[in-house]
Amino acid sequence: MQQQVIELSVLSRRALLLGGAALGAFASTPSHAVVMSSGSLRTLVEMMEGVEGFNGHFEQFKKARVDLQMTLLADNGNSVPLSVEVNSAMSEEEHITDIYLLSQRNPVLVMARFHLGVASGKAMVNTRVRLAGSQKILAVARTNQGEWFFDEAQVVVTESACVDAS
Amino acid sequence: MAMNARLTWSTGARAGDVVKVRLLVQHPMETGYLQDLSGHTIKRNVIQWIRVQYDQREVFKVDTSSGIAANPFFEFYLRASVTGLVQVSWIDDAGVVGEYSRLLALQA
Repeated sequence: MQQQVIELSVLSRRALLLGGAALGAFASTPSHAVVMSSGSLRTLVEMMEGVEGFNGHFEQFKKARVDLQMTLLADNGNSVPLSVEVNSAMSEEEHITDIYLLSQRNPVLVMARFHLGVASGKAMVNTRVRLAGSQKILAVARTNQGEWFFDEAQVVVTESACVDAS
Repeated sequence: MAMNARLTWSTGARAGDVVKVRLLVQHPMETGYLQDLSGHTIKRNVIQWIRVQYDQREVFKVDTSSGIAANPFFEFYLRASVTGLVQVSWIDDAGVVGEYSRLLALQA
């Protein structure tokens, strides 16, 4: 009888400890945590997975014809100007259909996709992007013949765009 | 909420010229990662796409994301053919549709 009482008290103490530990773990999770995957840098293969219709055709992927111009050092990642120019006649026979802007570190890989055509007259776009830290930026162009060209730029960002305003 | 846009180009273009167009749309482009001062996450609200039509034909479209800065700015080109309306339309995550148009007048 005595033995059984001791066992019970040990069990209940263990249960209490486990319960307390679980409670502690729960309480230590901050309620305002935001899930964000901007910590790691993507590889080229991972970046190109986000491009529709590319399907890993790296043998047709050349660093040519595209000129990506952007600042080397951005003080603020909230607004970083960049310009992409693709060498193309923009004629009915040969023109650029898409320009992608890909980010290596941002939570959203494809920052923008531009749809161009013969009516554009010139394959050049200029915009302002948000950057979550220092990273490589890729500008990828697709021709109407299904060829892919790209250019890359390395940018140092002193203050990431994904920091809290509060 | 009323949304504004601005569409600019240099005057004096003739038919056949390639015109540089500057487009600025007023929009906060909330990423959904930031919090307000009371610690509540601000709901994501970004423009999903912006379409530009010239003389009833699409000449430029951009699929935007939270990777585009607030008050999106774009510079692009279009081949001028006739005096016609340049119409810009866009939609954001909240379902708010924006529209803006301006006449591109060509010189004879």
